[in-house]
Order: sequence, then C-alpha cells, then structure tokens
Amino acid sequence: MSEPLITNPEFAVAPISLWRRGVNSFATLAAAAAVIAVLLPLGAVFGYLIYKGIGSINWAFLTQTPKPVGEAGGGMANAIAGSAFILLIASSIGVPIGIGAGIYLAEYGRNRLGNIVRFTADVLNGVPSIVVGIVAYAIVVLAQGHFSALAGGVALAIMMIPTIARTTEEMLLLVPNTVREAAYGLGVSRWRTTLSITLRTATSGVITGVMLAFARVAGETAPLLFTAFGNQYWNWKINQPTAALSLQIFTYAISPFDEWHRQAWAGALILIVLIVLAVSAVRIVAGRGMLKGAN
Amino acid sequence: MTGPQPIVKPEVVVDPEAQTEPLLKAGNSHVADGIFHFAMLACALCVLALVGLILYELISGSRLSWHAFGLKFFFRSEWDPVNEQFGALPFVYGTLVSSFLALLLAVPLAIGVAVFITEMCPRWLKGPLAFTTELLAAIPSVIYGLWAIFVLVPVLRQYGEPFCARYLGWTGMFEGPPYGIGMLAAGIILAIMVVPIVSSITREVMTSVPQQQREAVLALGATRWEMIRTGVLRNARAGILGGIILGLGRALGETMAVTMVIGNRPEIARSLFAPGYTMASVIANEFSEATGNTYLSALIEIGLALFIVTIIVNILAQFLVWTVTRGTPARSHV
Repeated sequence: MSEPLITNPEFAVAPISLWRRGVNSFATLAAAAAVIAVLLPLGAVFGYLIYKGIGSINWAFLTQTPKPVGEAGGGMANAIAGSAFILLIASSIGVPIGIGAGIYLAEYGRNRLGNIVRFTADVLNGVPSIVVGIVAYAIVVLAQGHFSALAGGVALAIMMIPTIARTTEEMLLLVPNTVREAAYGLGVSRWRTTLSITLRTATSGVITGVMLAFARVAGETAPLLFTAFGNQYWNWKINQPTAALSLQIFTYAISPFDEWHRQAWAGALILIVLIVLAVSAVRIVAGRGMLKGAN
Repeated sequence: MTGPQPIVKPEVVVDPEAQTEPLLKAGNSHVADGIFHFAMLACALCVLALVGLILYELISGSRLSWHAFGLKFFFRSEWDPVNEQFGALPFVYGTLVSSFLALLLAVPLAIGVAVFITEMCPRWLKGPLAFTTELLAAIPSVIYGLWAIFVLVPVLRQYGEPFCARYLGWTGMFEGPPYGIGMLAAGIILAIMVVPIVSSITREVMTSVPQQQREAVLALGATRWEMIRTGVLRNARAGILGGIILGLGRALGETMAVTMVIGNRPEIARSLFAPGYTMASVIANEFSEATGNTYLSALIEIGLALFIVTIIVNILAQFLVWTVTRGTPARSHV
C-alpha cells in the first residue's frame, strides 16, 4: 500500500546515519517478533486441540450420552444436539429481529431515532456475556421457575441481535440508491422494494453477518451456565434444562478425571471445527462479492 | 451514444401476464408500507428495549444488596455467604489487576502486529496474516480456558514462575509458591484474547491516516520507522488509545477462560502467583448455587457494576476511534 517515495538513501537530503538505520531495522525486527509472538499461541492452541482431540473422537463420542464418573466411554452426542437446539432457538428469535432492525437503520434510520438505535446496538454489543446471562435468568428462568433451553436461546439471541443489525445495515447501504429508484420507477411499493430488491441484492452480505453472529455465540458458555444449565441426558423440550457443547467442555475441563479431560479436548476440537467452518464459509461468500449484481 | 437522441415513445404493451407478476401486484401499498415501516421500527425499538430491560433487571435485582451495604459494598472485602456479609473489593481488585496485566502484555504486541501488517509486510502476506489474527478472536473463551489449564498453567508452574521469581522476585510481585494457577495465568490468557481486538482497531485507524502523511514524512528523508512513528502512529494515537480501551472492555467482562485459571479465591494478594477472583468469575461460579436473596442480589449488583463499567469504557473507546476515522470516507454510503 505505501510505496516509499525515497527508497534509495543516496537521494535523501541528508545521509541516514548508522544509528537511525539501526533503529529502523530494530523496529522492523520488533514488529516481526510481535507477529511471531501472537501466532505462537494460536498455533499452540490449534496444535494441542488436534493432537489431544483427534484421538478421542470416535463413533461412541458422537452418538452416546455421558457415562457416569469412573466409567470409560460415553460421548457428547446430547451436548452437540443440545447446542444445535439452543442455537436454533436463538437464531429463530435473533435473526428476524436483527435483520428487521438492520432494515430500519438502513432504510428509515437517517434520523435521530436511527442514531440512538445504532449507538444502543453498539453498546449492547459490548455488554459482557455473563451479564446477558443474568438478564435471561431474570426474565425467563425466574418466570418459568426452572432452567430451560428457551432461556439459553434467549440469552444467545440477545447477543446475536446487535451484530446482525449492524452488518445488515452496512450491507443494505452498499446497495446503490439507483437500484431502489429503478424499482420505485416501476411502481413497486416501498416495502416490496426493500424486501424483494434491496434485501435480495444484499443477501450474501446479510448471510455473512448472520454467520458471524452465529459463530460468535456458538462457543459462548458464560450466558448458558445458569440458563440452559446443562443436562446429562437427551432433551428436546424447550422448557427443560439442556446440555450444550461449550458447557460440557467447561464441566469436563475443570473436573479431576482424565477420561473427562480427554473428552473435553474432543468436544473442543468439534466446536472449533464447526466455528472455523462457519467463519471460512463467510470468507468465501464475502470473497465472491457482497452484492450479487449491484456493482 | 453521442448527440441528442430522438425521443422514442416507449410502446406500452399491456400484457395480461405481466399484470400477475407478483412484484407489481400493488394492493393497497400505503397501508402495506405503513405496516412494514412499523414492523421494522418495532425491531429497531427491540434493541433499545433490550438495553433498558438489562438495566432494569440488574437494578431491580440488586436492590436488596444495595439497601444492605450501600456504596460500601465495593470497598468491603468480606465474602461470607453463610452470615450474609458481602463485599466486592477482592473481585474488583482481581478484575482490574488481571485486565491491566493483560493490557500490559497485549498492547505492545498488538501494535507491533498492526504496524507490521499495515506498513511493513509484503503485500501477499497481508491478507493471510490479518485473517490469522482475526481467527484468534473467533476461538471461544472456553477453549482458551481448556488450553490454559492443560498447557499454559503447567508451563508456568514448571518454567515461567520459577524464572520470574528468580529474576524479578525483588519486586515483591513474584513471590510465593508457583501454583501455575493464579493472577499471572489469567493475565496471560486474557492478553492472548485481547490482542486481536486491539490490533484490528489499530490497523483500522492506521489505514485511515492519509497516504500523503506518509509520503510527506518520507520526502523529508525519514527512515521507514521514523515515518511510521511520526507520520502514522502519532496521527492515529487517539484511535489506538480507543482500541486499547476497547480491549480493556473485553478483558473486564471476559468470563470463562479467566474463571478456569485464576484460582477463584476472594483474596487480595500482592504476588501475581497468588490465586484471585474476578467479578465475572464469581457470577459464573456462584450464581446458580446462590442460596438466599441477599447472596443473589449481591451477585447481580456485581453484574450491574460490570455492565456500567463496560458501557462507559465502550462509549469512550468508540468516541476515540471516531475522532481518528471520521475524516475518511465511510465504508458505507447513502
């Protein structure tokens, strides 16, 4: 990006002293060292996940529920399904509201209320997940009287909404106004233009935002601790405590049993593979261009 | 197409098929538009309502504890659920110390990474490096915690902490038995988690510094580093500060990884080897087991404090980033 204009020191006004050149090289080395220092833990995390996790993933792990303490074997099938269940609830609450808020911000939000909502969404994005957990506990668990998949879903939905709203807004604003005007010119009503023309044009960008929000909450543990709570058995009821992959990893990691540690690594490997898949899918979709035919 | 074109009157073909085209089926579009506008407005108001709801629930939930202890709650260090005596000082202390330790470690690294990616590295390396550092942000907290328990903590116990004790022991901050688990481990894992956010904001503000700035400094005969220091970093410093504060916000609210390695003991110790406790961890550990209304209320009050602090921190950070990036063409347009 920055092509230095004077690359040859001979053309500089004053010759660059040895000291200044030394400092320059030192700064370059230091920056490169910082990159290595940051990539090292990343490599270590992934390396250990694969090294420890891959040996523990087997058919039983993917199809069975946890065995009691002390018995070998068993798996996290119910936790994987539970995570999917909670994420489904979260998405079905969070995605429509998030996209709706995004549409409002992009199409109607050029006013004071729009600015307030935009600002609030950014504030909501920074709220610690554990605090969201407390709120979901207060509004769902206390009202129902027991922990439930619904409470976990509500907590994750609250975390999804601001991300989806802001990315949807950004993507809709990328659609040129001429496209909207063309639709109006054909006599298409405003709501129909927004849904069938603007939103349709920005579809892949909006999906990107949804996937990002999804990847962000998929590994969340803190807000599920006292909402979904965890469960050793299968559960498909919306108002019953439900296992989740991240919760199970947490419980197993802090337990004193080697067998559980092994399973925690395996669960973590599965979780990270799912998240990386989601993020890469986003990269591929985003790489193909945010907009389908508008540019 | 040059010159004036003859005006061709478009032939209006009334095709009965086109009338059934769903796009043009008008209906009563005023009513429909109104309904649609209202529905989207409702979604947007949901966002406002959510923040209001969070605030309301936290305030009403913490009332009991507020009446019992008042503002002193944050300056008392007893945490005795049996006798219902609660004070948040050890948690506030643990949160602040672990977060600042994390920033101390993360900020130089993050700025180094940002400088390298935006100003130094060959173009082909830029994309992959940026993606890889962002990947660090996509790893869930609980996986960092798992890794920290089984990899970081043993390494610290065996090598890191004895090393620190030998060479830095005189400061008094590296004393006592090297458990591995403790404030130092929490600070390190937090640092790893904070680096991507600080470096991505730093990158953003550095890119928004106008190219002419760089060229002007180089034209004066500066070396590349002098150009970066005086031409880029100095112009972007408010935004970089914003990124650092945003990282602080993330570190303050981070729960799982910290809970797994900090040791969870409500004590205030000078040594970084000693176990501690943070505001987020105490909620994570004790909320579902809290018996008694005052106990629960005390935990919610800690949550309220965490909420208010992170909001202030985030607003401040956004403002600082905005002061640097406002001049650049926005990524979106209307």
